[in-house]
Amino acid sequence: MLNGEPFELEPGRTISQLLTQLDIDSRRVAVEHNLTVLRRSLYESTPILDGDEIEIVNFVGGGSNGIGNFEL
Amino acid sequence: MAPLMSDPFVIADKTFASRLIVGTGKYPSHAVMAQAHEASGADMVTVAVRRVNISDRSTALTAGREESLLDYIDTSKIFLLPNTAGCYTADEAIRTARLGREAGLSHWVKLEVIGDERTLFPDNEQLIVATKVLVKEGFVVLPYTSDDPIVCRKLEDAGAAAVMPLGAPIGSGLGIQNVNNIRIIREFSRVPLIVDAGVGTASDAALAMELGADGVLMNTAIAGAQDPVSMAEAMKLAVRAGRLAYRAGRIPRKAYATASSPMAGMVGG
Repeated sequence: MLNGEPFELEPGRTISQLLTQLDIDSRRVAVEHNLTVLRRSLYESTPILDGDEIEIVNFVGGGSNGIGNFEL
Repeated sequence: MAPLMSDPFVIADKTFASRLIVGTGKYPSHAVMAQAHEASGADMVTVAVRRVNISDRSTALTAGREESLLDYIDTSKIFLLPNTAGCYTADEAIRTARLGREAGLSHWVKLEVIGDERTLFPDNEQLIVATKVLVKEGFVVLPYTSDDPIVCRKLEDAGAAAVMPLGAPIGSGLGIQNVNNIRIIREFSRVPLIVDAGVGTASDAALAMELGADGVLMNTAIAGAQDPVSMAEAMKLAVRAGRLAYRAGRIPRKAYATASSPMAGMVGG
């Protein structure tokens, strides 16, 4: 699961490869892997296994407001 | 009394030049936001943490590089304060804070745990739980809370680096609804007091500062104004004026007049 949606990925891919595939700049996001925040230095060495839950987040505009409930 | 120059705004181990903290949501465009930030003089802005939109990425990419909020914030001058806006439980807020830390390399968080969708009032019980957990993990926690002196004291006891009571519901623009509570929170608290939410116009911000707030945090009042850049400047001036007035010490209120001119030497006297 990726950001709460089913996502198909070639077996053996790492977090780093997933970010590249999605064209996401890894310096501007944070990744949660099975409910644990993953250190940036571990992106390359962390393989994604079948059934893993991955969240990729970034910063968006917001102040004191309840913009879009963040479903976790 | 020392002038404003020697009146540093310190939270935890950081000193800020401005006592006005602003948001990044609801602006007509990123460009207007950047101009408003400049006009506000703020050196701390709050940002929300959200999922990257995976399904829309292909369309965003064919249209060119996706515009990022961070392209419009000069992080060499402006400190990014990740927030947990939109979280409804301590667990959600804790996870969001951890993600914000990893994305922004900052261990600061504006902690919000919302208790009700319509009022966006905080769930103070969950807020205190989340504050305790995050403080243990080394976060500098700035909790958005009710204007309740007892809750503020509990947050302070839990290790919050500041308390941020609301002036009025988020985005309401009603101004400070319970002036006396803010005054009491000022008296009770030993950590910085930041009025967060409810400001509608410049006088609301000035009043917050005159009551002794150390800072004011706002988003909609600037972003939603007809001219956000001018309102940002108005807020900058209001916060400074209110702070100066607070430190200068106002005259006592009296029911009757007191002449400001001498009575001696009156013509015809």
